Amino acid sequence: MTEQKPFVDIRNAQKSYGSLEVLKDISLQVARGEIVAIIGPSGSGKSTLLRAINDLDPLTGGEVWLEDTQVNRKLPHRQYEKHINQVRQDIGMVFQHFNLFPHLSVRENVTLAPKLLKGLSEDEAEALAREQLDKVGLIDRIDYYPSRLSGGQKQRVAIARALAMKPKVMLFDEATSALDPELVEEVNLVMKKLAEEHMTMIIVTHEMGFAETVCDRVIFMDKGVVVEEGPPSKIFRNPDNARTQNFLRKHLANANR
Amino acid sequence: MDFDLILRVYPFFIEAAWVTVQLAVLTTLLGLACGTLGAMARLSRLRIFRMIGAVYVSVFRGTPALIQLFILYFGGPQIGLQLDAFTAGVIGLGVNIGAYMTETMRGAIIAIDKGQAEAARTVGLSRYQTMRYVILPQAARLMIRPLGVNINALIKGTALVAAISVVELTYTAQRFIGSTYKPFEMFMISGALYMVIIYATGRGITWLDRKVRIV
Repeated sequence: MTEQKPFVDIRNAQKSYGSLEVLKDISLQVARGEIVAIIGPSGSGKSTLLRAINDLDPLTGGEVWLEDTQVNRKLPHRQYEKHINQVRQDIGMVFQHFNLFPHLSVRENVTLAPKLLKGLSEDEAEALAREQLDKVGLIDRIDYYPSRLSGGQKQRVAIARALAMKPKVMLFDEATSALDPELVEEVNLVMKKLAEEHMTMIIVTHEMGFAETVCDRVIFMDKGVVVEEGPPSKIFRNPDNARTQNFLRKHLANANR
Repeated sequence: MDFDLILRVYPFFIEAAWVTVQLAVLTTLLGLACGTLGAMARLSRLRIFRMIGAVYVSVFRGTPALIQLFILYFGGPQIGLQLDAFTAGVIGLGVNIGAYMTETMRGAIIAIDKGQAEAARTVGLSRYQTMRYVILPQAARLMIRPLGVNINALIKGTALVAAISVVELTYTAQRFIGSTYKPFEMFMISGALYMVIIYATGRGITWLDRKVRIV
């Protein structure tokens, strides 16, 4: 960890559904510009942790901070809504199943939130859409509806939609898991480009190759706890923990089958 | 079949059909209003509204529309609510069909994938903006056909108001049977005109559904 103050700070995160504990007292700090991968078997709580960062899945205990703002403040309903809508503008999120708005064109998908929340004019919105779609290489699809895009293109539009709010941090929840293998690379390339621009990113993924080449740090989670964390070279080449070794061995065996 | 008779009486039936159309249109509008409010109540964050919505739906779907009409029209004056037959018919049928429309609309809204609301909320849209710009535009498209089914039922349901003497298609048939003793012809005319109204409405619904389909 760097010495500077953490950018995203998760303190003692706990989450349970009834008697089922999904997150057991997890603390995680991410520095500005850092790229962190969260890996682990399904049911390990990695998606739940990611979704707690923008309070989509509220924690039952613990705190989440983005810079100097506590994300999961306990407030009366109206004040909480106002607060969280503000905070979420700074936290971009990309989902496994894209969740593009099917009734809106690519342009409108990208500009809906900036127009509503930042009051952009038509011209400003158009410029923003072009800028973001250019970044993900889809400027020629600006008038398309989502149903006419491939999975990889959909996910790139979803990334552009998130970036259009100029977030401080980007969360990726298995962004390539629903894609055909040949479409994974185009999404990975966009994410790599973001990494080069020093976007702070927290990435839940099953793609060890991507995590190894792009991320600064890898977190291995299992059964609601962080089992091991460290630089990718350490985690992937020489993990200390038996559970990590076991998981990676199984994962590699599956990947090579 | 007495065609001479049919030719003599049919202008009265055309007039009656117009009353039925007016009933159907006004009832649909009131039903849509009640359905919108009902669906909002049923999907509310607040328990009290959800309960009001649930009671509304179960009361009006759980009792015969005819009884509801009778309570309103015959029972109303007893508690100081004096309505003419047409108004009572529109209110009675509209509030009744609104209960069905509540469920239709609620169903369409909850059929929209949860990921849509999540995506909207994560870019910072409020609950209202999410509903207004993301969920409702999609749900509205899903609603058209099932609402068409409700409207179809409602048009046929307007026949009930004959029982409170609104001079519409069914009542008119009954009235002419009293003087002509030709129930076959009279009900055939009424039935044919109902079918024309329903067929036209069905075409309208299909047209609307095609027009707004997501490309």
